[in-house]
Amino acid sequence: MRFSTAASPHVNPTNSVSHIMQQVLLALIPGALAMLWFFGAGVLINLLLAVCTALAAEAMALSLRGRPLKPYITDYSAVLTAALLALSVPALTPWWMTVTGVLFAILIAKHLYGGLGYNPFNPAMVGYVVLLISFPKHMTAWLPPSGLSDLHLGLSDTWNIIFHAQYPAGVAADAVAMATPLDTLKTQLGMGKTVGEIWTDQRFGALAGRGWQWAALGYLAGGVWMARRQVIDWRIPVSFLSSLFAVALLFFLVDPTRYVYPTLHLFGGASMLGAFFIATDPVTAATTPRGRLVYGGLIGLLVYVIRTFGGYPDGVAFSVLLMNVAAPMINFYTRPRTYGHRP
Amino acid sequence: MTPEYRKIAHNGLWKNNQALVALLGMCPLMAVSNTVINALGLGLATTATLVASNALISAIREQVSDEVRLPVFVLVIAAIVTVVELTMNAFLHELYLILGIFIPLIVTNCSIIGRAEAFAAKNPVKQSAADGLFMGLGFTLVLVVLGAMREGLGTGAVFAHAELMFGDYAKTWAITLFDDYEGFLLAVLPPGAFIGLGFIIAGKNLIDGWLARRKKAGIAMMSMTRHTAPTG
Repeated sequence: MRFSTAASPHVNPTNSVSHIMQQVLLALIPGALAMLWFFGAGVLINLLLAVCTALAAEAMALSLRGRPLKPYITDYSAVLTAALLALSVPALTPWWMTVTGVLFAILIAKHLYGGLGYNPFNPAMVGYVVLLISFPKHMTAWLPPSGLSDLHLGLSDTWNIIFHAQYPAGVAADAVAMATPLDTLKTQLGMGKTVGEIWTDQRFGALAGRGWQWAALGYLAGGVWMARRQVIDWRIPVSFLSSLFAVALLFFLVDPTRYVYPTLHLFGGASMLGAFFIATDPVTAATTPRGRLVYGGLIGLLVYVIRTFGGYPDGVAFSVLLMNVAAPMINFYTRPRTYGHRP
Repeated sequence: MTPEYRKIAHNGLWKNNQALVALLGMCPLMAVSNTVINALGLGLATTATLVASNALISAIREQVSDEVRLPVFVLVIAAIVTVVELTMNAFLHELYLILGIFIPLIVTNCSIIGRAEAFAAKNPVKQSAADGLFMGLGFTLVLVVLGAMREGLGTGAVFAHAELMFGDYAKTWAITLFDDYEGFLLAVLPPGAFIGLGFIIAGKNLIDGWLARRKKAGIAMMSMTRHTAPTG
């Protein structure tokens, strides 16, 4: 009797780039649905616009660089970049801003550095930061979450605002803009109010901002699903969130009138999206197990520092980009010990 | 223009451009290229310094011994920059205030001591002055192109505040490229300088590659005709 003998590997891993990216995209769905519910059809328009732009830009960059189109287009990395960027910008962002951000992310932050796997910075966050520092007014003008105002924008109204900057009759341009919870906190603290007084505002809910907290819970659910399926390493989100929580708790215990509840830091802003979907980018994050703990922990710390003492209300994008620069050094100092070697 | 000077001009403006090839003087280049007028002001101040320092250093090159040449060069350059600074303060006061610390910092611009070492210390006065002029103009050219890119993209207009340099009648020189422009702040902020300069360098390399290919193709064609001529 003959047994067939094949050379190793005997089990083929199914985790190709496109498989992983597809799962990350699937995991984004609960959070994206919550955003769609609270911020209206603009979220969907942004997503579609960003994905189409990203695919066109990716195809253009690949053909300019003389690379085959099919394997790179179908790896879904450009789609994921576009989706993350679209979920970071306000729902009523003018179309050309979304397009600019996506083009910057794909062409400059990704392909000028050599394409997927060579980019030192998270492309989606580069695109977002470009938009944030170039158009600060638009990037902080979020719609009031539904339930907080009696404003109802239909699909065609949203379409007209995004593509033609035409507001429906009776709606002024500033009626559709409301400061985010983190932004409100920052400006009101600057006016000398205490945290307790600020929290009585209707835009704050049980954990964080109303509406916002549900999106954060959606991202958390998707993230936990990904971590359980080992699509992402649990170390980065866990160290990110726990260091953010620990610092926030420490400051809160020192002076609860000036430093806000730690739950706002965990469930407000882009913390959950950042912890599970952005900081875990396999290309730009640290790669060693201990290094990932350090990487996530330092991002959490930076997020708290920027939010509390910096000029911007949220700091996830800046923190991730700053730690992207540090990732090679973290990898260098946290190399695992080779078995049988003395350090 | 004799071939010698033509070579100096080609070196300064293109082949050994201080900003695009030597990558010297990056700090002022990045810092003041946010508008065309700022860029032009600093570029011309640098050019004046380069011409004067190259000529002076070339004139004293036989008297200065090798061991002390660097401190002597620095002193000469510092004296010239002081003259340029005081002149700008007197005649272009507003622009002088805007450019601020970057005028006295021309002393530390590496391209000036670089040209003194690489050219003026070995060549006669006339050629050295020409080298300073073309190196300075090449630097100014890049500054102005980068300034126009950043100002145009960032604010939607170029040549704003030309009166700072050219007097009151230049007030109308500003050209609005786009009406109702939102402004693209990134281009005016420091990242715009880095990204813009990167694109200009890439553009120069693209042109160089294209020229080299064309030259190669031309040579190949010529050699081919030479080969075919006897048989034909």
